[in-house]
Amino acid sequence: MSFAHTSLKALRAALDTKQVSATELAEYFLARAEKALALNAFLHIDRGLTLGQAREADARIARGEATALTGIPVAHKDIFVTRDWRSTAGSNMLADYVSPFDATVVEKLGAADGKGAGMVCLGKLNCDEFAMGSSNENSAFGPVKNPWNPAKIPGGSSGGSAAAIAAGLAPAATGTDTGGSLRQPAAMCGITAIKPTYGRVSRYGMIAFASSLDQGGPMAKSAEDCALLLDAMVGFDERDSTSLNSAEAQTPVLAGFLAAFGSEKRVDTGSPLKGVRIGVPKEFFGAGLAADVARAVEAALVEFEMLGAVRVDISLPRTTLSIPAYYVIAPAEASSNLSRFDGVRYGHRTKNYRDLAEMIANSRAEGFGEEVKRRILTGAYVLSHGYYDAYYLQAQRVRRLIGLDFQEAFKSCDFIMGPVSPTTAWSIGAKNNDPVAMYLEDIYTLGVSLAGLPGMSAPCGFGEDNMPIGLQIIGNYFDEGRMMAAAHQYQQVTDWHTRCPEAFK
Amino acid sequence: MSAIPAGWEVVIGLETHAQLSTASKIFSGSPTQYGAAPNTQASVVDLALPGTLPVLNKGAVECAIKFGLAVNATIAPRSIFARKNYFYPDLPKGYQISQYELPVVVGGEVKITVGNEEKSIQLTRAHLEEDAGKSLHEGLETSGVSGIDLNRAGTPLLEIVTEPCMRSAEEAVAYAKALHGIVTWIGICDGNMQEGSFRCDANVSVRRAGEQKLGTRAEIKNVNSFRFLEKAIQYEVRRQIEVIEDGGKVVQETRLYDADRDETRSMRSKEDAMDYRYFPDPDLLPVEISEAWIGEIKSAMPELPEQRRQRFERDFALSAYDAAQLTATRETASYFEQVVEGAGAAHAKLAANWVLGEVSALLNEIGGSTSHVRPAQLVGILNRVIDQTISNKAAKEVFHGIAHGDAPGNGDDAADVIIEMRGLRQVSDSGAIEKIVDEVIAANQKSVEEYKAGKEKALNALFGQVMKASNKTANPAQVTEILKRKLST
Repeated sequence: MSFAHTSLKALRAALDTKQVSATELAEYFLARAEKALALNAFLHIDRGLTLGQAREADARIARGEATALTGIPVAHKDIFVTRDWRSTAGSNMLADYVSPFDATVVEKLGAADGKGAGMVCLGKLNCDEFAMGSSNENSAFGPVKNPWNPAKIPGGSSGGSAAAIAAGLAPAATGTDTGGSLRQPAAMCGITAIKPTYGRVSRYGMIAFASSLDQGGPMAKSAEDCALLLDAMVGFDERDSTSLNSAEAQTPVLAGFLAAFGSEKRVDTGSPLKGVRIGVPKEFFGAGLAADVARAVEAALVEFEMLGAVRVDISLPRTTLSIPAYYVIAPAEASSNLSRFDGVRYGHRTKNYRDLAEMIANSRAEGFGEEVKRRILTGAYVLSHGYYDAYYLQAQRVRRLIGLDFQEAFKSCDFIMGPVSPTTAWSIGAKNNDPVAMYLEDIYTLGVSLAGLPGMSAPCGFGEDNMPIGLQIIGNYFDEGRMMAAAHQYQQVTDWHTRCPEAFK
Repeated sequence: MSAIPAGWEVVIGLETHAQLSTASKIFSGSPTQYGAAPNTQASVVDLALPGTLPVLNKGAVECAIKFGLAVNATIAPRSIFARKNYFYPDLPKGYQISQYELPVVVGGEVKITVGNEEKSIQLTRAHLEEDAGKSLHEGLETSGVSGIDLNRAGTPLLEIVTEPCMRSAEEAVAYAKALHGIVTWIGICDGNMQEGSFRCDANVSVRRAGEQKLGTRAEIKNVNSFRFLEKAIQYEVRRQIEVIEDGGKVVQETRLYDADRDETRSMRSKEDAMDYRYFPDPDLLPVEISEAWIGEIKSAMPELPEQRRQRFERDFALSAYDAAQLTATRETASYFEQVVEGAGAAHAKLAANWVLGEVSALLNEIGGSTSHVRPAQLVGILNRVIDQTISNKAAKEVFHGIAHGDAPGNGDDAADVIIEMRGLRQVSDSGAIEKIVDEVIAANQKSVEEYKAGKEKALNALFGQVMKASNKTANPAQVTEILKRKLST
């Protein structure tokens, strides 16, 4: 029996009807992961740990205490710290680091003494070092290969997560998004992912890149799967001061998803999305957008119109400014967040030093990769005396304006749609010597991050190179349930999200 | 004291770090107890393990609000935590969470009295921040390593900054003492200077009298007592004046005070000054303080030293000096107040003399802050002095008797118990005293003659004999009067 590309709902049914046990499911996916080592999606697998959790899940299912997710395997981006598996952040700095505690997200999805969802952890997934990158080539442990074509990048920074889902190595994965790190790899690997509203998912236990932007989220085959996962991930966490505790933040994800456009049967009426206004920002379709991506996104928009939605032309005038604003703010915060990696208490310590200053400097020089160093330097520079106002403060002002642009746009539409990335996945190594070209790839995702809005990616076709293309759906704050419901309606009439690479059927 | 040389003016500003008496750290749940074994009070947050985040301890903000109210400052409705970035092994995150552009307390003043002059010291600001850990070198020299103790990392501090408005070491010390009085009085800091709960850094500069521009300042660190603060500033003033008089220039730098040598030494100059790259901490929300919150804290605030000092002066007709002494600490003030309540406001001056005299001397002797003689027991003594049952001298004996636990039961009536036990009751029966005086005169003719020959001192000898013969119970005033009367005939 194949479970490789099965929906979470179907896996639930299989577990509940005893077609399969959690232990068998875990074995099944572990075996697939072990066979696909060439993809380099996983950084750490430990059969014993996984099967231990699976047995616990089976016991829980037997006691009749299963949640919607109990016994279903999940793999975590190696940015989330775990008590049992190593937590490396894709960096030599933390090559052997084991956390004494689990991240809140890991706890919520895992067993957590019966308080968690009861998912079974398959291991830790590769990513760009400290989540800095758009191609997963910045991992200290080697690039991840795109299951659709191993010569191509899977996107980043959650590239290991996206590749694992696309190749059917895991039915569910976590990722993090600071400037597009959930959405862009999802698009490039042909899977579904959502970055929720900033503050909905606890950052406790997420190794910080840029605190004001970092947000965890789920990656899976479909919007429905993502809704199930996100529902289990969100919630106020007193250990994270930026975690939201307002009434709005209590808006349930799954209930919102289910209530939004009625049950699946409404698809039969032909226009489940009747009255839904979709804003299409002209700035997302300008020069730089590859023709094949434009065509696929356009086709998706037509599909949404056929579901009853109306198209509204909107403008997000500061879209291009999101690149410089982001590449000031994110490195600034990163330069400070990464200061704790000094070789004093944990992590890599150089063998080559004469005094304290040298010990710290050399440990960092040896432990960090090139892109991380580039961002630390950029960040330290923009925060320096005499430059702070011109760069950091100015970027914060632009950030505020970008947020206002979105609010202006949402006056005339319910969702904003467009491409995730200007192109499909490029070849490994193609942009390595041009960091700026790499940064420009993030143009459609950065604004959402800066505004703290929820944004998702759903597969909407393939490019000329047969690589997947993603449709970006942006919602207003706390509107994740409806966003995923709209995407779900789209996925009821399309099959892009069910496609999988031939080699990983 | 060393006077400031004529023609020079000294300018001093103080930065004081008061460790706040919260049970847990400012951004983690770890306890803040002093003296625990190294690294036993450091959680994953204090160690800055990957993925950990700070959560603000509301109690620390409350302390800051209390302080703001006590010094009549503005409490910012919205303040911001910022990161001060620098590398040091005992700074686990590689940055210190502090406040920079928007501190929680703005302005305010502290009143001091130097000599007979009252002066108001203006505060610039007070902000919340976390302490760093400690590097340990002692005992590790031979092993070639240094230890890091992170117990202190994350301990809440309130940094209180003055304007450069003090003009002498005496003023600086008076301010530091007054500030110490305030923070301990309102209970936000235990004030223990040896343990580093209250530490002062002094910014000192000198300029020629009449000069408007401030001189180049040096910041003196590592001063852990009021005496050292005074000596460090005095040394620094002398040093700076010498430098300038020798044709040199004072360089802006941080200097450490070495108490053993009584000198300040350069630690780092401005050229090595770091760029701390301050920016708002994105892990923490702005601190919002509502009027309602301030009101709540205000209503629970104790009467402040300044208010109580004024009340003591007004209600008990005490001198400014006595009132100030009595309100030096909250314990003393409340002790005094309980004594006055028992003895009656009419006897406030007597109570003040006793509290500032015997009680305070005893406390100095035993080195504690709680008297061994309870207020009610002291009232018992004072009542017997007031109704002339015992002499002042006997009263002191009673006091020490109670302090040493000589009164069985140690009840509120301990004074009466000891008076009876030791027969200290004063004899005011003039017949009885006259009889003793007659006996003494008869037995000390030599002294009598000397007195009559004009030697006043001889009277003291006779007085002493009478008191001795009466077992110290004779009313001294009566003895003197009767002696003089009988000797003049």
